[in-house]
Amino acid sequence: MPIIRAEGLTKTYRVADKQPGLRGTLRHFFARRSREVPAVKDVSFSIEAGEIVGFLGPNGAGKTTTLKMLSGLIHPTAGRVEVAGHVPYRRQGSFLRSISLVMGQKQQLIWDLPPLDSLRVNAAVYGLDDARAKRRITELAEMLELGDELSRPVRKLSLGERMKAELLAALLHRPSVLFLDEPTLGLDVNAQARVRDFLADINRRTGTTVLLTSHYMGDITALCPRVLLIHQGHLFHDGPLDELTERLAPCREVRLELKDPAPAEAFAGYGAVESCQGHQVRLLIPRDRLTGAVARLLADFAVVDLEVSEPPVEELIGRLFRQGVVA
Amino acid sequence: MSRSPLVHGLRVARALFTSQYALMLEYRAEIALWALSGVLPLIMLGVWSGSGAGADAGLTPLQLARYFLAAFVVRQFTIVWVIQAFEEDNLQGRLSPYLLQPLPPLWRYLAAHLAEQVTRLPFVVVILALVALVLPGTLWWPSPLSFLLAVVATHLVFLLRFLIQSLITMACFWSERAAALERLQMIPYLFLSGLVAPLETFPEGMRALAFATPFPWMIWFPAGLLGGGQVDVAAGFGALLAWIALLLPLTLLLWKAGIRRYSAMGA
Repeated sequence: MPIIRAEGLTKTYRVADKQPGLRGTLRHFFARRSREVPAVKDVSFSIEAGEIVGFLGPNGAGKTTTLKMLSGLIHPTAGRVEVAGHVPYRRQGSFLRSISLVMGQKQQLIWDLPPLDSLRVNAAVYGLDDARAKRRITELAEMLELGDELSRPVRKLSLGERMKAELLAALLHRPSVLFLDEPTLGLDVNAQARVRDFLADINRRTGTTVLLTSHYMGDITALCPRVLLIHQGHLFHDGPLDELTERLAPCREVRLELKDPAPAEAFAGYGAVESCQGHQVRLLIPRDRLTGAVARLLADFAVVDLEVSEPPVEELIGRLFRQGVVA
Repeated sequence: MSRSPLVHGLRVARALFTSQYALMLEYRAEIALWALSGVLPLIMLGVWSGSGAGADAGLTPLQLARYFLAAFVVRQFTIVWVIQAFEEDNLQGRLSPYLLQPLPPLWRYLAAHLAEQVTRLPFVVVILALVALVLPGTLWWPSPLSFLLAVVATHLVFLLRFLIQSLITMACFWSERAAALERLQMIPYLFLSGLVAPLETFPEGMRALAFATPFPWMIWFPAGLLGGGQVDVAAGFGALLAWIALLLPLTLLLWKAGIRRYSAMGA
């Protein structure tokens, strides 16, 4: 039985509609006008307990709105949603004790106090006795490689340390579902990797279901066997990441280093020319024609080096959204 | 898990209070300034003591001085700022993490206020000691019963003011900027509560109007209890409890309606 189930989930926001300039300001003051902006449209999916699912999409696609509906922060305009056996927006205590939401740009830790003070409050709120709270803090701190940081004011911590402390606070009560909204935003590469390792570890150890939105494809490729791709409020893809890349890009990227420079037109018959700068050429060639095209390239040009790879997923998705293919 | 709801509640209360007290101690310099900024009754004491106007209302200079000192003490422990804290948290998206915990956020704000009051206490004592030095003979020891009644009344006043502000705070769910509404009620609070002048000095009609509002019970009544003034104890406690009984369910109703409307701004 799925732990998360959304059927026809829809959210429409009502936003103020104000024209610029003095006239618009006066009109807005005397007769407010608003319009409805659909953020999520008829989205359906289900997630089994213990899964790690990536939630992909450009800014404004509806990812965060969906997370807010799943965590019970906002009411859906239409559709049905169930998380851990509860209707989230009823916000019953047993539901709130079974979930956690971490937002990369927002914090639950008290800014001017050490994380330990916030953790003590969380332990009391979630009904953990002192011994159990201490045990869990020690265990999670070890996994997150946190030590003295827990005794320093949050404002003195680095971004990476702060995010790790936020994760500790979010997981102290052992939620069965963890929602993560851009948990690695702004972190350096090492900190990102540590957060990813921790999430994979916690999922393996405790079976916590994780739904993760991220701008960094590294997070998605490292953690999520399954992805949901949302665009303009619609669910565009629900399945393995490989399937998505295959669907978006049945091509491979071929990088050539030539002995002598050649014009871009010279490669038109081999595939799509992505770039051609002097000795460096980048082509996208359909997979079914890859072997033949590479053989011809080697025969027709003086090639110093050749590399075949899958194009970066973020580039494929970015290109797709720019081209409006997913409308 | 904790064994009973009472034990659980006490643990949460202790954890919230200690963390908020620690937070307040981080801001001790700021709190000293807040305590100094609440000296309006002491300024009014200076204004009134020179004018001799209290005599028309049958108040001796000493009674007036004690009234304003008592008003100063009551004011220090009934200052409420939940609206500013809530509005800020709402706009900055900090409310979302609070709403996702199995604890209504108003308890956090309540704990923060109580912690602030405890932090304020030493500053109030210092200011009173200074007054005793400058105006010898003005300070007094209230009877244990008066003191106890004044303490209870002050706590009820704090609860009433907290509820009034929470009620206005709920407007954040509709208007996003509810602090403007709070400023509207500050004017009648200042003049009708007895902060600027004891109610005995009000014209009859004005006094009747004041008693139709909750404001006189917020300063005039507890200050009268503490300062040894002529106040109707039963009427005062009755009025405070009646206003609390009226506003508590209203606040809870609006809270539920507001949460439905909440759109997690900036979260």
